[in-house]
Amino acid sequence: MNLGQQLAQYILSGLSTGAIYALIGVGFAIIHNATGIINFAQGEFVMLGGMATFFFFSALKVPLVLAVALATGVSTMAGIVFERLAIRPLKNATPINLVIITIGGSILIRGIAMLLWGKDTHSLPTFSGDEPIMLGGATVMPQHLWIFAVTLVVIVCSKLFFSHTISGKAMRACSYNRRAAGLVGIDVRRMVLFSFAISSAMGSMAGIIIAPLTMTSYDVGVMLGLKGFCAAIIGGMSSGLGTVFGGLILGVLEALGAGLFSSGYKDAIAFIILLLILFIRPQGLFRRGESERV
Amino acid sequence: MLRKISFIFVSVVSFLVAAVCAFAAPPIKIGGLFAVTGPASFLGEPERNTAQMVVNEINAAGGIRGRRLELVAYDTQGDATRAVQAANRLIKEDRVVAIIGPSTTGDTMAVIPIAERAHVPLVSCAAGSKITSPVKRWVFKTAQNDALAVARIYEYLAGRKLTRVAILTVSDGFGSSGREQLKANAARYGIRIVSDDTYGPKDTDMTAQLTKIRGSQAQAIICWGTNPGPAVIARNARQIGLKIPLFMSHGVSSKKFIELAGDAAEGIILPSGRVIVADRLPNSDRQKKPLLAFVKDYQRHYRAEGDHFGGHAWDAVMLLKAAIERGGDNPAAIRDQLEKIRTFAGIGGVFSYSPADHAGLNKDAFVLVEVRNRDWTLVK
Amino acid sequence: MKSLLRNEAVRFVLFSAMILALPALLAGGYLLNVFVFVGIHTLLAVALNLLLGYAGQISLGQAAFFGLGAYASGILTATYGQNPWGTMVAVALAVGLLAFLVGFPILKLKGHYLAMATLGFGIIVYIALNEAVDLTGGPSGLPGIPNLSLGSYVFDSDLKNYYLIWGVTLATILLSLNLVNSRIGRGLRAIHDSEVAARVMGIRVRLLKVQIFALSAVISSIAGSLYAHTMTFVSPTSFGFNFSVELVTMVIIGGLGSIYGSFLGAALLTLLPEMLRAFQDYDIVVYGFLLIAMTMFMPGGLVRGVPELARRLLARPQKGKADA
Repeated sequence: MNLGQQLAQYILSGLSTGAIYALIGVGFAIIHNATGIINFAQGEFVMLGGMATFFFFSALKVPLVLAVALATGVSTMAGIVFERLAIRPLKNATPINLVIITIGGSILIRGIAMLLWGKDTHSLPTFSGDEPIMLGGATVMPQHLWIFAVTLVVIVCSKLFFSHTISGKAMRACSYNRRAAGLVGIDVRRMVLFSFAISSAMGSMAGIIIAPLTMTSYDVGVMLGLKGFCAAIIGGMSSGLGTVFGGLILGVLEALGAGLFSSGYKDAIAFIILLLILFIRPQGLFRRGESERV
Repeated sequence: MLRKISFIFVSVVSFLVAAVCAFAAPPIKIGGLFAVTGPASFLGEPERNTAQMVVNEINAAGGIRGRRLELVAYDTQGDATRAVQAANRLIKEDRVVAIIGPSTTGDTMAVIPIAERAHVPLVSCAAGSKITSPVKRWVFKTAQNDALAVARIYEYLAGRKLTRVAILTVSDGFGSSGREQLKANAARYGIRIVSDDTYGPKDTDMTAQLTKIRGSQAQAIICWGTNPGPAVIARNARQIGLKIPLFMSHGVSSKKFIELAGDAAEGIILPSGRVIVADRLPNSDRQKKPLLAFVKDYQRHYRAEGDHFGGHAWDAVMLLKAAIERGGDNPAAIRDQLEKIRTFAGIGGVFSYSPADHAGLNKDAFVLVEVRNRDWTLVK
Repeated sequence: MKSLLRNEAVRFVLFSAMILALPALLAGGYLLNVFVFVGIHTLLAVALNLLLGYAGQISLGQAAFFGLGAYASGILTATYGQNPWGTMVAVALAVGLLAFLVGFPILKLKGHYLAMATLGFGIIVYIALNEAVDLTGGPSGLPGIPNLSLGSYVFDSDLKNYYLIWGVTLATILLSLNLVNSRIGRGLRAIHDSEVAARVMGIRVRLLKVQIFALSAVISSIAGSLYAHTMTFVSPTSFGFNFSVELVTMVIIGGLGSIYGSFLGAALLTLLPEMLRAFQDYDIVVYGFLLIAMTMFMPGGLVRGVPELARRLLARPQKGKADA
């Protein structure tokens, strides 16, 4: 086996992991842009998606498609409830207090999931079989194609939503200037709620499509959330292509680091490169100006 | 007739008096330190459940020498600081006579100085060999040394002339202990480690490491980790078309692994305690009776498969019970009696402690099993 | 009484007296051991508060300095047999120097990017502690670290360690109180409010930020050394991302920009898990709930929230009377 084939496999593996980071990262960015909050509970919606799908599919014997829909619904509801109970009641909270609240929320959601569904790891069936597909010397699973497809669809939809619908434009307005948006008659609080609903739905979708490959348990959200956060930062907190590239870069760096250098230090390698990027471009890799924010 | 009635009366009264005396005596308190939550909960939860179950059963059967046994269990979350605080609480506030656990090697190493200073026997449920080597006066353990599991795999490999292996271990306490033993024992079996890689406990894709291994000269892969990592690795190996045999550790010797890895688990060989093949053991096996009892009880109480991690706690409680029965509930006496226990058939193996050996097991504690048709078969 | 309490010196003396008298109340029970850790956590929280509460710079990697201090002390004394006291000072200076060097590029960043960079730094250090098995013992930890000693007097009991650690902590509190009420403290607060304005006033913003970052690293490193010698064992899990977040939580729950608030936050978050043991498996849910509830109802932290709450509770009956 030659180096070229190995490289192809590293890059392909990295891209598929990176697509997941991207999807989670976009969720971070949407909430951040609408509210200024870094939602540390974002990873828990990823967990909720996977665990709820497993619960509906295995315990309640619901068909997989329906289970996926129900799980997305449950996670979205969780996002909405979280916003209503813990974010909205705060009138003049500082950003740092909101960070602590989302950390508390993440602990709470994780704890509830643990009590409801136990600490075991669970697996979901793949959506379209287990036969690996050869792609020029490298292999992917059919599930990886699902991951790429869903990521693509979600990104395109969010782009369309933010540039062509009234609600999307209103949310963008909030992200530029909440006060001004309120003055021109946009219901800012509804937009905040909306942002939580959208990003929890996206997070849960990410959790659902990776569960067949990576398994799921009540505590998968922490690490995935962290990686998604990194993707969003590299992308300059953009809810579009920036974060997608951020996620893909992170995933590929990890895979290359593990394959070519040291698997133990692969996360460290990825983070060192991230730090260097931040030192050279403190505003994020892809951010040109304020207009690219959403 | 009168005589018969009075006989019954006397025996009932004497029984009641005996019972009241027995239960009026304060219970014997033993402490438990288990990582019930956190990353090591796969160890801590079955251990806590099993310990509680065994204690309840002992009490239902009349306690130890007529006295009730009480378990005070605290969660360490797999964190050394919390383990130390909990150990202090057990010793100073709950005044336990002995401690079972902690679940992980790290927590155990943190707690050892406290047990040694307070002169309270500690029966650890963790596997790290440095817990009992060098021997510490108050510290025993029930989990099999990782070196014993490594020996089983290496013997098998050496027997089949597979001398170049790749190791892929998880970067937590379990994996690093396995990695250490795999590297330390390789030369003795004429085995060369040609690729040494690790993965993070929460990593979701290991194709990069496996691709690297595919490019090496390895004739077999040994993976050391606990669910879900090894299941992901089994699937990834299948995805990239790795043809060389895959070995796992006893960290995944439960049905859960087969469930998670699915078809990718077929043909994987791993060392395991006897608990997963209890019903297939010959009747002459000393461990068969306790194993079957443990599996049945655990199934009844928790509607889950009892695994050998829970077995570590089963062994610890039963060893303490044996020691207390012989020498009373004084911590020093418990320690002395533990050291005198020989050929005690438990879940993890047949224990024989001695002043020079506080681990008590040999490599017979492990058998090799292979996954076939989604079930375990013994490898001869 | 009130005016007396406003006097900084009186407050510090009262606080010290309370701390020094506490072991008598705890009578050698296990809570004494918990308060040893409260002392270490207070030290860490005060260090972070200087950075976060006064200078307004977030750090999600504070556990790294704590871990570096603990491991460097542990390795040099346990493996290489160096003198613990000398090691503690040397390590603290080295960690401070590292923070100074890393601080220049990192503190150029603002807001979330700063959070991200410090988080990344923390993760890199954590991975190094975990992976450099030959040096650190890897994930199963580093045992056999000696207790501190002065001549033949060994700090090997909870009581001795309590006074040792609280001695250092009280000294640090005193130093911090002086610092924040000095020219430097006013400079830090100016940076907190507006960096541009601070610069206009002639404050060398970047240098001051980096200096305070290094100072908080030095204090954290000393806390790490004390932790290592008290526990006689260290393992990487104690220095991960979770602990960095817990430290930030301590500072915020206690009250940003209040040195005594850091003590309250550290005490609460260290004692809370002990108090929640009664909830067993539910403790994680209760813990998460309390975090949310306290931040919602006491946004200024315990140090402002508790007096506020007390005032409201005292004021309510009088208000009722007035209505009647």
